[in-house]
Amino acid sequence: MTYLRKVGAIVWKDVVAELRTKEMFSAMFVFAVLVIVIFTFAFQLRVSGERVREVTPGALWVAFVFAGILGLNRAFVLEKDRGCLEGLLLAPVDHTAIYFGKLASTMIFMLVVEAVTLPVFTAFLGVSLFDPALLLVIVLGTFGFAGVGTILSAMTAQTRAREVLLPILLLPVVAPVLIAAVRATAGILDGLPLSDLAVWLRLLVAFDVIYPAVAFMVFDYVVKE
Amino acid sequence: MTQKRNTPLLVLTVLSGLLLLVALYLALLGAPSANLQSETGRYAQRIIYFHIATAWVGFLAFFVTFVGGVGYLRTQRRTWDIVALASAEIGTVFMLGVLVSGSIWAKPAWGVWWVWDERLTISLIQFLVYLGYLMLRSTVEDPARRARFAAVYGIVAFISVPINFIAIRLWRTQHPLMFGTEEGGLAPGMMFAFFFCLITFTIWYVALMWHRIRLEQLRDDVAALKERVLG
Repeated sequence: MTYLRKVGAIVWKDVVAELRTKEMFSAMFVFAVLVIVIFTFAFQLRVSGERVREVTPGALWVAFVFAGILGLNRAFVLEKDRGCLEGLLLAPVDHTAIYFGKLASTMIFMLVVEAVTLPVFTAFLGVSLFDPALLLVIVLGTFGFAGVGTILSAMTAQTRAREVLLPILLLPVVAPVLIAAVRATAGILDGLPLSDLAVWLRLLVAFDVIYPAVAFMVFDYVVKE
Repeated sequence: MTQKRNTPLLVLTVLSGLLLLVALYLALLGAPSANLQSETGRYAQRIIYFHIATAWVGFLAFFVTFVGGVGYLRTQRRTWDIVALASAEIGTVFMLGVLVSGSIWAKPAWGVWWVWDERLTISLIQFLVYLGYLMLRSTVEDPARRARFAAVYGIVAFISVPINFIAIRLWRTQHPLMFGTEEGGLAPGMMFAFFFCLITFTIWYVALMWHRIRLEQLRDDVAALKERVLG
């Protein structure tokens, strides 16, 4: 079996498990919508009319990040609970295949949630969010988030604090993703040409390359007994 | 077994204490006053000697934590883990010092306790990262696993320093520059005080590291003794 097919097998397992339970997807989606509802409540006290556009990128990414943390937390806790992780580790695959498999399935879940959430955002905030450039930013930002999130989630799932610890470890590290993604999203909503946003896209791409590479090198130490 | 009396460490501790007193004198009285309009400004400016030296030790400490993490993953030796732990603890305290002294300075210099200046922001984020590092350590019981996790997070966190710095710098420069550069060149007398503080704080850091590493090794010894007597 090639490396890619091993990764694919793990993704397939996660997707099938999710399709049968729909636990993670529904939780992430409802949570993302709730974040935006809470934001609207909080902002309507001060922000109105045209200025909603100014807070949209921030609200959008906060919703994605929080929903993503919810999903990441489940990714390894689920495996840990019934001892499935040990089973995965015993399988004759390189351990990094588990990392990339989990990264890919987290990506899929997050992208699906984001795809379903975007129309809701558009309706609630009255700002059109359908733009191919925005799609690119969302994919790059989500990948960067999931790339570092997956390895940290693999660690926190094995600690006593579990769910509590992941956001504390993850949020300061993904701050650059948040800054770049919010900036790029704002630029796109303001109708700037993509070339003006190149600096942010480059930052996202750099992040997307660096952390999976680091994870590739150290993932073994995270899962081995 | 670690020796009971440690003369070199004692000497280093006393030395760093004396150097700190001299540094304090230089920073408060010895160095020439900055060429600033207000009297408050001239006094406030004197905090930079300790502020920047503290920041230097803070980031140096996190670099050592990173090196300790890499060393541990390569060799699986407890010593590297102790180095990483000691440095992270000291670095966190110094980072808090940076944030506090930065705030104290910002008030007279800029009129507010906090600005989202790139250096203050990166210090805050790194402080939070290393609080996370210490929390992570406290929630893993198995020592080998704790050391491995801490090493991995130490590496991930250290790599985040330059990326965060670039992101924050880009973010800040896209805003109108609210404040000019705060140093604007140091006079010769200031230069001396500045480097004196830098070196003093580095020596102080080495002394603290030594104490903390020794403490952890003594703890290990006690645990081993307990095992032998009771187990």
